[in-house]
Amino acid sequence: MTMPFYVAPEQVMKDRAEYAQKGIARGRSLVATVYTGGVLIVAENPSRSLHKISEIYDRIAFAGVGKYNEYDQLRVAGVRHADTKGYSFSRDDVDARSLANLYAQFLGNVFTHEMKPLEVEILVAELGGNGKPDRLYHIAYEGTITDEDRFTVLGGDAETITERVAAGWRADRDRADAVRATVRALAGPERTLGPGDLEVAALSRENGRRAFRRVTDTELAEILQGGHPDAPTRTRGRTARTSGGEDDQAAAEGGDAAPPPG
Amino acid sequence: MALPLFPPTEDPGPDFSSLLRRSGLPAMPQGSDVAASVRHGTTVVALRFADGIVMAGDRRATEGHSIAHRAMEKVFPADRYSAVAIAGAAGFAVEMVRLFQTQLEHYEKVEGLTLSLEGKANQLAQMVRQHLPMAMQGLAVVPLFAGFDTVRGTGRIFTYDVTGGHYEEADYQATGSGGRDARTTVKLGYREGLSRAEAVELAIQALYEAADEDSGTGGPDVVRGIYPTVSVVTSDGYNEVPEQEVAEGFMALIERKRAEREATGGTSSGGETP
Repeated sequence: MTMPFYVAPEQVMKDRAEYAQKGIARGRSLVATVYTGGVLIVAENPSRSLHKISEIYDRIAFAGVGKYNEYDQLRVAGVRHADTKGYSFSRDDVDARSLANLYAQFLGNVFTHEMKPLEVEILVAELGGNGKPDRLYHIAYEGTITDEDRFTVLGGDAETITERVAAGWRADRDRADAVRATVRALAGPERTLGPGDLEVAALSRENGRRAFRRVTDTELAEILQGGHPDAPTRTRGRTARTSGGEDDQAAAEGGDAAPPPG
Repeated sequence: MALPLFPPTEDPGPDFSSLLRRSGLPAMPQGSDVAASVRHGTTVVALRFADGIVMAGDRRATEGHSIAHRAMEKVFPADRYSAVAIAGAAGFAVEMVRLFQTQLEHYEKVEGLTLSLEGKANQLAQMVRQHLPMAMQGLAVVPLFAGFDTVRGTGRIFTYDVTGGHYEEADYQATGSGGRDARTTVKLGYREGLSRAEAVELAIQALYEAADEDSGTGGPDVVRGIYPTVSVVTSDGYNEVPEQEVAEGFMALIERKRAEREATGGTSSGGETP
Protein backbone atom coordinates (compact mmCIF):
# COMPACT_ATOMS: atom_id res chain seq x y z
CA MET A 1 0.00 0.00 0.00
CA THR A 2 1.28 3.43 -0.86
CA MET A 3 1.14 6.29 1.58
CA PRO A 4 0.44 9.81 0.31
CA PHE A 5 3.36 12.14 0.67
CA TYR A 6 3.11 14.81 3.31
CA VAL A 7 2.82 18.25 1.82
CA ALA A 8 3.04 21.28 4.09
CA PRO A 9 -0.12 23.43 4.10
CA GLU A 10 1.99 26.48 3.23
CA GLN A 11 3.10 24.70 0.12
CA VAL A 12 -0.46 23.71 -0.81
CA MET A 13 -1.68 27.27 -0.52
CA LYS A 14 1.29 28.63 -2.38
CA ASP A 15 0.75 26.17 -5.22
CA ARG A 16 -2.92 27.00 -5.46
CA ALA A 17 -2.29 30.73 -5.41
CA GLU A 18 0.32 30.36 -8.10
CA TYR A 19 -2.04 28.28 -10.19
CA ALA A 20 -4.84 30.85 -9.90
CA GLN A 21 -2.50 33.77 -10.58
CA LYS A 22 -1.18 32.10 -13.71
CA GLY A 23 -4.69 31.54 -14.98
CA ILE A 24 -5.66 35.15 -14.35
CA ALA A 25 -2.44 36.56 -15.82
CA ARG A 26 -3.20 34.84 -19.13
CA GLY A 27 -6.26 37.04 -19.62
CA ARG A 28 -6.42 40.72 -20.40
CA SER A 29 -6.96 43.41 -17.80
CA LEU A 30 -9.84 45.61 -16.79
CA VAL A 31 -10.03 49.03 -15.14
CA ALA A 32 -12.90 50.51 -13.17
CA THR A 33 -12.83 54.16 -12.26
CA VAL A 34 -15.09 56.77 -10.76
CA TYR A 35 -15.95 59.85 -12.84
CA THR A 36 -18.18 62.85 -12.18
CA GLY A 37 -21.37 61.11 -13.38
CA GLY A 38 -20.81 57.63 -11.95
CA VAL A 39 -18.60 54.61 -12.44
CA LEU A 40 -16.83 53.68 -15.66
CA ILE A 41 -15.58 50.17 -16.44
CA VAL A 42 -13.22 49.53 -19.33
CA ALA A 43 -12.08 46.05 -20.28
CA GLU A 44 -9.83 44.79 -23.00
CA ASN A 45 -12.11 42.29 -24.68
CA PRO A 46 -12.21 41.52 -28.41
CA SER A 47 -15.48 39.56 -28.11
CA ARG A 48 -18.79 41.34 -28.72
CA SER A 49 -20.96 38.69 -27.11
CA LEU A 50 -18.96 37.15 -24.27
CA HIS A 51 -19.09 40.02 -21.87
CA LYS A 52 -16.70 40.77 -19.03
CA ILE A 53 -18.87 43.58 -17.72
CA SER A 54 -22.57 43.23 -16.97
CA GLU A 55 -25.51 44.52 -15.01
CA ILE A 56 -26.48 43.01 -11.67
CA TYR A 57 -29.11 45.40 -10.40
CA ASP A 58 -30.35 48.97 -10.62
CA ARG A 59 -27.14 50.53 -9.32
CA ILE A 60 -24.80 47.55 -9.28
CA ALA A 61 -22.48 46.29 -12.00
CA PHE A 62 -20.29 43.22 -12.18
CA ALA A 63 -17.01 42.66 -13.97
CA GLY A 64 -14.71 39.68 -14.08
CA VAL A 65 -11.37 38.67 -15.53
CA GLY A 66 -9.82 35.24 -15.83
CA LYS A 67 -11.74 32.17 -16.84
CA TYR A 68 -14.98 33.12 -18.55
CA ASN A 69 -17.13 30.18 -17.44
CA GLU A 70 -16.13 30.69 -13.82
CA TYR A 71 -16.84 34.38 -13.53
CA ASP A 72 -19.97 34.07 -15.64
CA GLN A 73 -21.33 31.55 -13.14
CA LEU A 74 -20.63 34.09 -10.39
CA ARG A 75 -22.33 36.84 -12.41
CA VAL A 76 -25.52 34.80 -12.81
CA ALA A 77 -25.50 33.95 -9.09
CA GLY A 78 -25.19 37.66 -8.37
CA VAL A 79 -28.17 38.55 -10.58
CA ARG A 80 -30.20 35.84 -8.87
CA HIS A 81 -29.22 37.00 -5.41
CA ALA A 82 -30.04 40.62 -6.17
CA ASP A 83 -33.35 39.92 -7.92
CA THR A 84 -34.52 37.56 -5.17
CA LYS A 85 -33.59 40.05 -2.50
CA GLY A 86 -35.23 42.94 -4.30
CA TYR A 87 -38.38 40.90 -4.86
CA SER A 88 -38.75 39.69 -1.29
CA PHE A 89 -37.77 42.99 0.38
CA SER A 90 -37.53 46.17 -1.66
CA ARG A 91 -35.38 47.44 -4.50
CA ASP A 92 -33.64 49.81 -2.07
CA ASP A 93 -32.49 46.92 0.11
CA VAL A 94 -30.21 45.45 -2.52
CA ASP A 95 -26.66 46.60 -1.84
CA ALA A 96 -23.28 45.80 -3.29
CA ARG A 97 -21.51 45.27 0.02
CA SER A 98 -23.51 42.22 0.99
CA LEU A 99 -23.13 40.76 -2.48
CA ALA A 100 -19.38 41.40 -2.44
CA ASN A 101 -19.18 39.64 0.93
CA LEU A 102 -21.01 36.62 -0.45
CA TYR A 103 -18.64 36.46 -3.39
CA ALA A 104 -15.64 36.78 -1.08
CA GLN A 105 -16.90 33.97 1.14
CA PHE A 106 -17.58 31.73 -1.83
CA LEU A 107 -14.18 32.36 -3.43
CA GLY A 108 -12.44 31.87 -0.08
CA ASN A 109 -14.26 28.60 0.45
CA VAL A 110 -13.39 27.26 -2.96
CA PHE A 111 -9.78 28.32 -2.52
CA THR A 112 -9.29 26.42 0.71
CA HIS A 113 -11.57 23.42 0.25
CA GLU A 114 -11.69 22.54 -3.42
CA MET A 115 -9.12 20.85 -5.60
CA LYS A 116 -8.85 23.81 -7.92
CA PRO A 117 -9.21 27.47 -7.00
CA LEU A 118 -11.30 29.66 -9.26
CA GLU A 119 -9.08 31.49 -11.73
CA VAL A 120 -10.97 34.75 -11.51
CA GLU A 121 -10.81 38.22 -10.11
CA ILE A 122 -14.08 40.06 -9.88
CA LEU A 123 -15.40 43.54 -9.31
CA VAL A 124 -18.69 44.63 -7.81
CA ALA A 125 -19.29 48.32 -8.49
CA GLU A 126 -22.02 50.34 -6.90
CA LEU A 127 -23.24 53.74 -7.97
CA GLY A 128 -23.57 56.16 -5.06
CA GLY A 129 -26.23 58.77 -4.51
CA ASN A 130 -28.21 60.25 -1.63
CA GLY A 131 -25.00 61.01 0.21
CA LYS A 132 -23.43 57.61 -0.45
CA PRO A 133 -20.18 57.57 -2.44
CA ASP A 134 -19.53 55.33 -5.46
CA ARG A 135 -17.96 52.06 -4.34
CA LEU A 136 -15.73 49.54 -6.05
CA TYR A 137 -15.30 46.15 -4.38
CA HIS A 138 -12.41 44.19 -5.80
CA ILE A 139 -12.43 40.52 -4.89
CA ALA A 140 -9.43 38.33 -5.61
CA TYR A 141 -9.34 34.60 -6.40
CA GLU A 142 -8.73 33.63 -2.76
CA GLY A 143 -11.53 35.79 -1.39
CA THR A 144 -9.55 38.87 -0.40
CA ILE A 145 -11.85 41.82 -0.69
CA THR A 146 -10.70 45.42 -1.07
CA ASP A 147 -12.87 48.47 -1.14
CA GLU A 148 -11.87 51.37 -3.37
CA ASP A 149 -13.51 54.69 -3.99
CA ARG A 150 -11.32 56.00 -6.83
CA PHE A 151 -10.30 53.23 -9.20
CA THR A 152 -9.24 49.60 -9.29
CA VAL A 153 -7.45 47.36 -11.76
CA LEU A 154 -8.17 43.67 -12.29
CA GLY A 155 -6.17 41.11 -14.17
CA GLY A 156 -2.70 40.05 -15.13
CA ASP A 157 -0.77 43.25 -15.57
CA ALA A 158 -2.48 45.02 -12.68
CA GLU A 159 0.56 46.63 -11.07
CA THR A 160 1.90 48.51 -14.08
CA ILE A 161 -1.60 49.53 -15.16
CA THR A 162 -2.38 50.74 -11.64
CA GLU A 163 0.66 53.01 -11.79
CA ARG A 164 -0.43 54.44 -15.12
CA VAL A 165 -4.03 54.97 -14.00
CA ALA A 166 -2.92 56.58 -10.73
CA ALA A 167 -0.60 58.96 -12.57
CA GLY A 168 -3.42 60.48 -14.60
CA TRP A 169 -6.35 60.09 -12.22
CA ARG A 170 -8.47 63.13 -11.39
CA ALA A 171 -11.82 63.33 -9.68
CA ASP A 172 -13.29 66.00 -11.97
CA ARG A 173 -13.31 64.09 -15.27
CA ASP A 174 -16.45 63.62 -17.32
CA ARG A 175 -17.20 60.31 -18.98
CA ALA A 176 -15.40 60.99 -22.26
CA ASP A 177 -12.25 62.18 -20.49
CA ALA A 178 -12.33 59.20 -18.18
CA VAL A 179 -12.74 56.78 -21.12
CA ARG A 180 -9.77 58.29 -22.99
CA ALA A 181 -7.48 58.35 -19.97
CA THR A 182 -8.44 54.82 -18.93
CA VAL A 183 -7.98 53.40 -22.42
CA ARG A 184 -4.52 55.03 -22.57
CA ALA A 185 -3.59 53.54 -19.23
CA LEU A 186 -4.86 50.13 -20.27
CA ALA A 187 -2.96 50.20 -23.57
CA GLY A 188 0.35 51.47 -22.22
CA PRO A 189 2.89 53.47 -24.22
CA GLU A 190 3.48 50.87 -26.96
CA ARG A 191 -0.03 49.95 -28.02
CA THR A 192 -3.20 51.61 -29.30
CA LEU A 193 -6.56 50.12 -28.43
CA GLY A 194 -9.49 50.74 -30.76
CA PRO A 195 -13.21 50.25 -30.17
CA GLY A 196 -12.93 46.69 -31.49
CA ASP A 197 -10.56 45.68 -28.69
CA LEU A 198 -12.57 47.20 -25.88
CA GLU A 199 -15.68 46.60 -23.86
CA VAL A 200 -16.87 49.74 -22.07
CA ALA A 201 -19.85 50.23 -19.78
CA ALA A 202 -20.89 52.75 -17.18
CA LEU A 203 -23.14 53.10 -14.19
CA SER A 204 -24.43 56.59 -14.70
CA ARG A 205 -26.56 58.79 -12.48
CA GLU A 206 -28.25 60.14 -15.62
CA ASN A 207 -29.71 56.78 -16.65
CA GLY A 208 -32.64 56.62 -14.28
CA ARG A 209 -33.52 53.53 -12.26
CA ARG A 210 -31.37 51.08 -14.17
CA ALA A 211 -28.06 52.91 -14.19
CA PHE A 212 -26.09 50.39 -16.26
CA ARG A 213 -25.40 51.18 -19.94
CA ARG A 214 -22.96 49.73 -22.41
CA VAL A 215 -21.03 52.20 -24.54
CA THR A 216 -21.56 51.14 -28.15
CA ASP A 217 -18.71 50.80 -30.64
CA THR A 218 -19.73 53.88 -32.62
CA GLU A 219 -20.08 55.97 -29.48
CA LEU A 220 -16.72 54.70 -28.26
CA ALA A 221 -15.05 55.51 -31.57
CA GLU A 222 -16.36 59.08 -31.32
CA ILE A 223 -15.10 59.44 -27.75
CA LEU A 224 -11.66 58.08 -28.61
CA GLN A 225 -11.34 60.36 -31.62
CA GLY A 226 -12.34 63.49 -29.77
CA GLY A 227 -9.16 63.48 -27.68
CA HIS A 228 -8.16 66.69 -25.95
CA PRO A 229 -4.94 68.44 -26.94
CA ASP A 230 -3.58 68.03 -23.41
CA ALA A 231 -3.43 64.27 -23.84
CA PRO A 232 0.01 63.17 -22.64
CA THR A 233 0.90 60.88 -25.54
CA ARG A 234 0.63 63.01 -28.68
CA THR A 235 2.39 60.66 -31.07
CA ARG A 236 0.04 57.78 -30.42
CA GLY A 237 -3.00 59.99 -30.38
CA ARG A 238 -2.44 60.97 -34.03
CA THR A 239 -3.36 57.56 -35.40
CA ALA A 240 -6.65 57.59 -33.57
CA ARG A 241 -7.39 61.09 -34.82
CA THR A 242 -7.58 60.56 -38.55
CA SER A 243 -10.89 62.29 -39.12
CA GLY A 244 -12.30 63.68 -35.92
CA GLY A 245 -9.64 65.96 -34.47
CA GLU A 246 -10.78 69.51 -35.11
CA ASP A 247 -8.57 70.93 -32.34
CA ASP A 248 -5.31 72.77 -32.63
CA GLN A 249 -3.30 70.13 -34.46
CA ALA A 250 -4.93 71.00 -37.76
CA ALA A 251 -3.36 74.44 -37.57
CA ALA A 252 -0.03 73.10 -36.40
CA GLU A 253 0.20 70.61 -39.25
CA GLY A 254 -1.10 73.11 -41.80
CA GLY A 255 -0.53 71.64 -45.27
CA ASP A 256 -1.31 68.06 -44.32
CA ALA A 257 -4.82 68.09 -45.80
CA ALA A 258 -5.14 64.49 -46.96
CA PRO A 259 -6.01 62.28 -44.01
CA PRO A 260 -3.80 59.22 -43.61
CA PRO A 261 -5.47 56.00 -44.72
CA GLY A 262 -7.11 53.72 -42.16
CA MET B 1 -29.11 34.76 2.25
CA ALA B 2 -26.64 32.50 0.54
CA LEU B 3 -25.22 32.93 -2.94
CA PRO B 4 -27.75 31.14 -5.16
CA LEU B 5 -25.51 28.67 -6.98
CA PHE B 6 -26.96 25.50 -8.49
CA PRO B 7 -25.41 22.41 -10.02
CA PRO B 8 -25.87 22.41 -13.82
CA THR B 9 -28.63 19.75 -13.68
CA GLU B 10 -30.74 21.78 -11.27
CA ASP B 11 -30.12 25.22 -12.69
CA PRO B 12 -33.34 27.24 -13.00
CA GLY B 13 -32.01 29.18 -16.01
CA PRO B 14 -33.45 32.62 -16.59
CA ASP B 15 -36.83 31.71 -15.06
CA PHE B 16 -37.37 33.85 -11.98
CA SER B 17 -40.45 31.98 -10.67
CA SER B 18 -38.56 28.71 -10.77
CA LEU B 19 -35.63 30.37 -8.99
CA LEU B 20 -37.99 31.55 -6.23
CA ARG B 21 -39.36 28.02 -5.78
CA ARG B 22 -35.86 26.59 -5.60
CA SER B 23 -34.92 29.22 -3.03
CA GLY B 24 -37.90 28.17 -0.93
CA LEU B 25 -39.92 31.34 -1.50
CA PRO B 26 -43.50 31.11 -2.79
CA ALA B 27 -43.67 32.61 -6.28
CA MET B 28 -47.25 33.74 -5.78
CA PRO B 29 -49.46 33.65 -2.70
CA GLN B 30 -51.23 30.27 -2.50
CA GLY B 31 -54.40 28.90 -0.86
CA SER B 32 -56.85 30.38 1.70
CA ASP B 33 -60.50 31.18 1.20
CA VAL B 34 -60.94 34.85 1.94
CA ALA B 35 -63.27 35.79 -0.85
CA ALA B 36 -65.78 38.54 -0.17
CA SER B 37 -63.83 41.51 1.18
CA VAL B 38 -61.06 41.54 -1.38
CA ARG B 39 -60.29 44.64 -3.37
CA HIS B 40 -61.20 44.38 -7.01
CA GLY B 41 -59.61 46.35 -9.78
CA THR B 42 -61.85 47.62 -12.61
CA THR B 43 -61.63 49.11 -16.14
CA VAL B 44 -58.50 49.00 -18.25
CA VAL B 45 -58.30 49.64 -21.97
CA ALA B 46 -55.60 49.34 -24.63
CA LEU B 47 -55.64 50.43 -28.24
CA ARG B 48 -53.21 50.50 -31.10
CA PHE B 49 -52.35 53.69 -32.96
CA ALA B 50 -49.92 54.66 -35.71
CA ASP B 51 -46.73 54.61 -33.59
CA GLY B 52 -47.54 52.05 -30.90
CA ILE B 53 -50.14 51.51 -28.23
CA VAL B 54 -52.02 53.50 -25.63
CA MET B 55 -53.03 51.85 -22.39
CA ALA B 56 -55.27 53.43 -19.78
CA GLY B 57 -56.88 52.43 -16.52
CA ASP B 58 -59.14 53.97 -13.89
CA ARG B 59 -57.95 54.43 -10.30
CA ARG B 60 -60.76 52.97 -8.19
CA ALA B 61 -60.56 49.84 -6.04
CA THR B 62 -63.75 48.52 -4.45
CA GLU B 63 -64.38 46.19 -1.53
CA GLY B 64 -67.90 44.88 -1.92
CA HIS B 65 -70.02 47.98 -2.41
CA SER B 66 -67.67 50.49 -0.87
CA ILE B 67 -64.69 52.27 -2.38
CA ALA B 68 -61.50 50.92 -0.86
CA HIS B 69 -58.97 53.09 -2.63
CA ARG B 70 -59.27 56.11 -4.89
CA ALA B 71 -55.80 56.41 -6.33
CA MET B 72 -54.76 52.87 -7.18
CA GLU B 73 -52.44 52.37 -10.14
CA LYS B 74 -53.58 49.70 -12.58
CA VAL B 75 -51.29 50.40 -15.52
CA PHE B 76 -47.63 49.50 -15.09
CA PRO B 77 -44.54 49.36 -17.26
CA ALA B 78 -43.65 45.68 -17.72
CA ASP B 79 -40.30 46.64 -19.18
CA ARG B 80 -38.95 49.30 -21.56
CA TYR B 81 -41.21 48.34 -24.49
CA SER B 82 -44.32 46.92 -22.89
CA ALA B 83 -47.10 47.75 -20.47
CA VAL B 84 -49.37 45.60 -18.35
CA ALA B 85 -52.72 46.58 -16.89
CA ILE B 86 -54.71 44.62 -14.34
CA ALA B 87 -58.30 43.87 -13.49
CA GLY B 88 -59.43 41.54 -10.73
CA ALA B 89 -58.41 40.86 -7.13
CA ALA B 90 -56.06 43.77 -6.49
CA GLY B 91 -53.63 42.17 -4.06
CA PHE B 92 -52.87 39.24 -6.31
CA ALA B 93 -52.88 41.38 -9.40
CA VAL B 94 -50.29 43.82 -8.10
CA GLU B 95 -48.14 40.92 -6.91
CA MET B 96 -48.43 39.29 -10.31
CA VAL B 97 -47.26 42.49 -11.99
CA ARG B 98 -44.28 42.72 -9.62
CA LEU B 99 -43.32 39.13 -10.38
CA PHE B 100 -43.78 39.73 -14.10
CA GLN B 101 -41.63 42.86 -14.08
CA THR B 102 -38.91 41.08 -12.13
CA GLN B 103 -39.11 38.08 -14.45
CA LEU B 104 -38.59 40.18 -17.59
CA GLU B 105 -35.66 42.07 -16.11
CA HIS B 106 -34.20 38.86 -14.67
CA TYR B 107 -34.32 37.15 -18.05
CA GLU B 108 -32.72 40.15 -19.69
CA LYS B 109 -29.84 40.24 -17.23
CA VAL B 110 -29.16 36.51 -17.05
CA GLU B 111 -29.40 35.91 -20.79
CA GLY B 112 -28.09 39.27 -21.96
CA LEU B 113 -31.06 39.54 -24.36
CA THR B 114 -34.61 40.82 -24.05
CA LEU B 115 -37.51 38.44 -24.58
CA SER B 116 -39.58 38.89 -27.73
CA LEU B 117 -42.97 40.53 -27.19
CA GLU B 118 -44.65 37.18 -27.81
CA GLY B 119 -42.31 35.57 -25.25
CA LYS B 120 -43.33 38.17 -22.68
CA ALA B 121 -47.02 37.54 -23.41
CA ASN B 122 -46.48 33.79 -22.92
CA GLN B 123 -44.68 34.37 -19.62
CA LEU B 124 -47.63 36.35 -18.33
CA ALA B 125 -50.03 33.63 -19.51
CA GLN B 126 -48.15 31.08 -17.39
CA MET B 127 -48.52 33.30 -14.33
CA VAL B 128 -52.25 33.70 -14.93
CA ARG B 129 -52.58 29.94 -15.37
CA GLN B 130 -50.75 29.26 -12.09
CA HIS B 131 -53.28 31.51 -10.44
CA LEU B 132 -56.23 29.43 -11.67
CA PRO B 133 -56.97 27.71 -8.29
CA MET B 134 -57.48 31.15 -6.74
CA ALA B 135 -59.56 32.27 -9.71
CA MET B 136 -61.86 29.29 -9.09
CA GLN B 137 -62.45 30.67 -5.61
CA GLY B 138 -63.58 33.96 -7.05
CA LEU B 139 -60.25 35.79 -6.90
CA ALA B 140 -59.49 36.04 -10.57
CA VAL B 141 -56.77 38.22 -12.02
CA VAL B 142 -57.17 39.17 -15.67
CA PRO B 143 -54.35 41.26 -17.09
CA LEU B 144 -54.13 43.13 -20.34
CA PHE B 145 -50.73 43.19 -21.99
CA ALA B 146 -49.54 45.45 -24.79
CA GLY B 147 -46.28 46.66 -26.14
CA PHE B 148 -44.20 47.77 -29.04
CA ASP B 149 -42.79 44.88 -31.05
CA THR B 150 -39.32 46.11 -31.96
CA VAL B 151 -38.89 43.35 -34.54
CA ARG B 152 -42.12 44.03 -36.44
CA GLY B 153 -42.09 47.76 -35.69
CA THR B 154 -45.70 47.89 -34.54
CA GLY B 155 -47.81 47.95 -31.39
CA ARG B 156 -49.47 44.68 -30.31
CA ILE B 157 -52.16 43.90 -27.73
CA PHE B 158 -52.81 40.62 -25.88
CA THR B 159 -55.81 39.73 -23.75
CA TYR B 160 -56.12 36.92 -21.22
CA ASP B 161 -58.78 34.79 -19.64
CA VAL B 162 -58.62 33.27 -16.14
CA THR B 163 -57.25 29.96 -17.44
CA GLY B 164 -54.18 31.67 -18.89
CA GLY B 165 -55.49 31.57 -22.43
CA HIS B 166 -54.14 34.56 -24.29
CA TYR B 167 -55.25 36.00 -27.56
CA GLU B 168 -53.81 38.70 -29.70
CA GLU B 169 -56.17 41.55 -30.50
CA ALA B 170 -56.03 43.36 -33.80
CA ASP B 171 -56.77 46.91 -32.68
CA TYR B 172 -58.14 47.41 -29.18
CA GLN B 173 -59.39 45.65 -26.10
CA ALA B 174 -60.70 46.43 -22.61
CA THR B 175 -61.25 44.28 -19.54
CA GLY B 176 -62.67 44.68 -16.06
CA SER B 177 -66.22 45.30 -14.90
CA GLY B 178 -66.53 48.38 -17.13
CA GLY B 179 -64.67 46.76 -19.99
CA ARG B 180 -67.75 46.29 -22.13
CA ASP B 181 -68.64 49.97 -22.14
CA ALA B 182 -65.05 51.01 -22.74
CA ARG B 183 -64.77 48.57 -25.62
CA THR B 184 -67.91 49.87 -27.28
CA THR B 185 -66.68 53.45 -27.01
CA VAL B 186 -63.34 52.60 -28.57
CA LYS B 187 -65.09 50.56 -31.26
CA LEU B 188 -67.18 53.57 -32.32
CA GLY B 189 -64.26 55.96 -32.43
CA TYR B 190 -61.56 53.68 -33.77
CA ARG B 191 -59.95 53.86 -37.16
CA GLU B 192 -56.63 52.66 -38.54
CA GLY B 193 -53.64 54.97 -38.06
CA LEU B 194 -54.84 57.19 -35.22
CA SER B 195 -52.34 59.79 -34.02
CA ARG B 196 -51.04 59.75 -30.46
CA ALA B 197 -53.28 62.65 -29.41
CA GLU B 198 -56.37 61.03 -30.96
CA ALA B 199 -55.61 57.67 -29.36
CA VAL B 200 -55.13 59.26 -25.92
CA GLU B 201 -58.38 61.16 -26.36
CA LEU B 202 -60.24 57.98 -27.34
CA ALA B 203 -58.86 56.11 -24.32
CA ILE B 204 -59.95 58.95 -22.04
CA GLN B 205 -63.42 58.91 -23.59
CA ALA B 206 -63.64 55.11 -23.15
CA LEU B 207 -62.81 55.39 -19.45
CA TYR B 208 -65.29 58.19 -19.01
CA GLU B 209 -68.11 56.15 -20.56
CA ALA B 210 -67.14 53.07 -18.52
CA ALA B 211 -67.21 55.10 -15.30
CA ASP B 212 -70.54 56.53 -16.36
CA GLU B 213 -72.13 53.07 -16.59
CA ASP B 214 -70.19 50.94 -14.12
CA SER B 215 -70.17 51.50 -10.35
CA GLY B 216 -66.84 49.76 -9.98
CA THR B 217 -65.02 52.13 -12.29
CA GLY B 218 -63.83 55.49 -11.08
CA GLY B 219 -64.18 58.57 -13.27
CA PRO B 220 -62.08 61.72 -13.12
CA ASP B 221 -61.96 62.94 -9.51
CA VAL B 222 -61.85 66.70 -10.06
CA VAL B 223 -62.13 67.51 -6.34
CA ARG B 224 -59.08 65.48 -5.30
CA GLY B 225 -57.28 65.90 -8.62
CA ILE B 226 -57.09 62.14 -9.26
CA TYR B 227 -57.27 61.20 -12.92
CA PRO B 228 -57.00 57.83 -14.66
CA THR B 229 -53.54 56.66 -15.70
CA VAL B 230 -52.74 56.82 -19.40
CA SER B 231 -49.51 55.41 -20.82
CA VAL B 232 -48.05 55.24 -24.29
CA VAL B 233 -45.58 52.68 -25.62
CA THR B 234 -43.79 53.46 -28.89
CA SER B 235 -40.35 52.86 -30.35
CA ASP B 236 -39.17 55.38 -27.72
CA GLY B 237 -40.28 53.02 -24.97
CA TYR B 238 -42.82 53.28 -22.19
CA ASN B 239 -43.98 56.77 -21.25
CA GLU B 240 -46.71 57.84 -18.93
CA VAL B 241 -48.86 60.65 -20.30
CA PRO B 242 -48.39 63.63 -17.93
CA GLU B 243 -51.24 63.99 -15.45
CA GLN B 244 -51.78 67.56 -16.62
CA GLU B 245 -52.47 66.38 -20.16
CA VAL B 246 -54.89 63.67 -18.93
CA ALA B 247 -56.69 66.19 -16.72
CA GLU B 248 -57.05 68.59 -19.66
CA GLY B 249 -58.37 65.74 -21.81
CA PHE B 250 -61.07 64.98 -19.26
CA MET B 251 -61.97 68.62 -18.75
CA ALA B 252 -62.33 69.12 -22.50
CA LEU B 253 -64.55 66.04 -22.72
CA ILE B 254 -66.76 67.18 -19.85
CA GLU B 255 -67.01 70.65 -21.39
CA ARG B 256 -68.01 69.15 -24.74
CA LYS B 257 -70.69 66.98 -23.12
CA ARG B 258 -72.09 69.91 -21.19
CA ALA B 259 -72.22 72.08 -24.32
CA GLU B 260 -73.99 69.28 -26.22
CA ARG B 261 -76.60 68.97 -23.50
CA GLU B 262 -77.23 72.68 -23.37
CA ALA B 263 -77.50 72.91 -27.16
CA THR B 264 -80.15 70.21 -27.31
CA GLY B 265 -81.86 71.47 -24.17
CA GLY B 266 -81.59 67.94 -22.79
CA THR B 267 -83.01 67.23 -19.37
CA SER B 268 -83.01 63.44 -19.36
CA SER B 269 -80.89 61.65 -16.79
CA GLY B 270 -79.06 59.50 -19.30
CA GLY B 271 -79.01 58.03 -22.73
CA GLU B 272 -77.06 60.78 -24.49
CA THR B 273 -74.64 59.67 -27.15
CA PRO B 274 -70.96 60.54 -26.96
